[in-house]
Amino acid sequence: MNNETPRSIAAIQDEIIADFALLDDDAEMKVLYVMELGQKLLPMPERDKTDENIVKGCQSRVWLTARLESDRVYFTADSNTAITKGLVSLLIRIFNGQKPDAILASDLHFMNAIGMERFIGTQRSNGFSAMIRQMKMYALAFKTKMEIGS
Amino acid sequence: MTSPATLSADIKKIREEFPVLSQKVNGRDLVYFDNAATSQKPRQVIQALVDYYQTSNANIHRGIHTLAERATKAYEETREAARAFINAESTAEIIFVRGVTEAINLVASSYGRAFLREGDEVVISALEHHSNIVPWQLVCEQQKAKLRIIPVTDKGELDLDAYSKLLSERTRVVAVNHASNTLGTINPVTEITRMAHAHGAVVLIDGAQAGAHLDIDVAAIGCDFYCLSAHKMYGPTGTGILYGKQKLLEAMPPYQGGGEMIKDVTFEKTTYNELPYKFEAGTPNIGDVIAYREAFRFILGVSREAIRAHEHDLLVYATEKLSALPSTRIVGMAPEKVGVVSFVVEGIHPFDIGQMLDARGIAVRTGHHCTQPLMDRYGIEGTVRASFAVYNTREEIDRLAEGLQRVINFVK
Repeated sequence: MNNETPRSIAAIQDEIIADFALLDDDAEMKVLYVMELGQKLLPMPERDKTDENIVKGCQSRVWLTARLESDRVYFTADSNTAITKGLVSLLIRIFNGQKPDAILASDLHFMNAIGMERFIGTQRSNGFSAMIRQMKMYALAFKTKMEIGS
Repeated sequence: MTSPATLSADIKKIREEFPVLSQKVNGRDLVYFDNAATSQKPRQVIQALVDYYQTSNANIHRGIHTLAERATKAYEETREAARAFINAESTAEIIFVRGVTEAINLVASSYGRAFLREGDEVVISALEHHSNIVPWQLVCEQQKAKLRIIPVTDKGELDLDAYSKLLSERTRVVAVNHASNTLGTINPVTEITRMAHAHGAVVLIDGAQAGAHLDIDVAAIGCDFYCLSAHKMYGPTGTGILYGKQKLLEAMPPYQGGGEMIKDVTFEKTTYNELPYKFEAGTPNIGDVIAYREAFRFILGVSREAIRAHEHDLLVYATEKLSALPSTRIVGMAPEKVGVVSFVVEGIHPFDIGQMLDARGIAVRTGHHCTQPLMDRYGIEGTVRASFAVYNTREEIDRLAEGLQRVINFVK
């Protein structure tokens, strides 16, 4: 899978925006849809659910790990709440298989376009920003590692 | 007495007094079940705030002009209304504070530092809100006193046998709530006070969850301090009262220094103003205090008996409805409760339930409700809490049950 060229971050965001547009701007449908996405997230090994892997700044517990394969980043995550799990699954959909540089340079705008803050509230939106920050930190660490390695 | 049925017929009228209730949230009629956090405000409270700022705004007590007179009079009228509401002996015993949190901090700090000594004990309960835990922890640490905890039973009641064993000649203060914000349990405060007094301890009652729901009679309870927050009883935010027995308040040192609380100031020595002003340093929250009077009027206008009966009906109905849902368990089944239903649904996090209900226009609270030790006691992280006020209806509880059923169906 490392040789696949993933679609661009911009293209995946557009796809997410289009998916949410089908939900008629109905808060309940959006929340249910997010929960459904979470249910489809690949399970995270229990051994990775350590305090060290908890994303700071989230009210819910969110565990996040990342690995570099060839020059691409892959995340796994889980959460103790279904909605947060769905939210992190959106980020995984966008970032998995991307190069560290692409993740670092990415500008995520789909949240505004799908009206996320309106249906998940400010606190969870802040937690969501914390997840993005943590993912970018991983990307930066991998980028640095690659540069030192080369 | 108005029967619950009669009041139900009047609920429509009562609801019309609360402008905030007639809105849609996420496309549906708002259901407001977060009353234990703060209640909504009736028109008369809102109007009193507007009137004050439009007609009488002035600093109180020392001004001799007309507006100052008017504001002072209205401010002191609330003090009298508060006195009557809780059946205190004198307005000297009513101190305006920001709310229950400040009231408890005032007593813990002023009474605690003056009268607690090394080895003394303060008794609180496992049912307390953090605001009736942390101020005592702070003062106990300072004074090298010890904090003792009355345990709670599985049902959510205070264990009075254990309490009686905690009491000793070392007990100086007993501080418990009148009703629990998380479980709704109404505590036998008269009995608790009597037992504490038998050991020479003073008693503080946190009335945050009682103000809008129960008859409060400090003379009958016999407690030494009683605290209320206006915003949880249809009044404005940022004000509340501390009731204290006059003899105790007189013996206590001031809590904060500044204007208003003094009699004479020289750089050598300051003498303090008399009660209650000794404890009201600085310009108080005049507008909110004045509007608070309308909250007392509103409650007494509907009648506390009728409110209690109506909310009890809602409590019984909600307990029945929610108990019937699959995987749902109510936490706190004390026989005497105010209108609070805390529950957990197996396999679904409270945050998710709260978010899903909000998407259907239903406001509940989720989490530990500032009672982490209580959550630990039941081995849970948090609950979903629906808390009722006089304007809530059975139909709204139906909507809650329907929303919950939908989340459960989706997840299971």
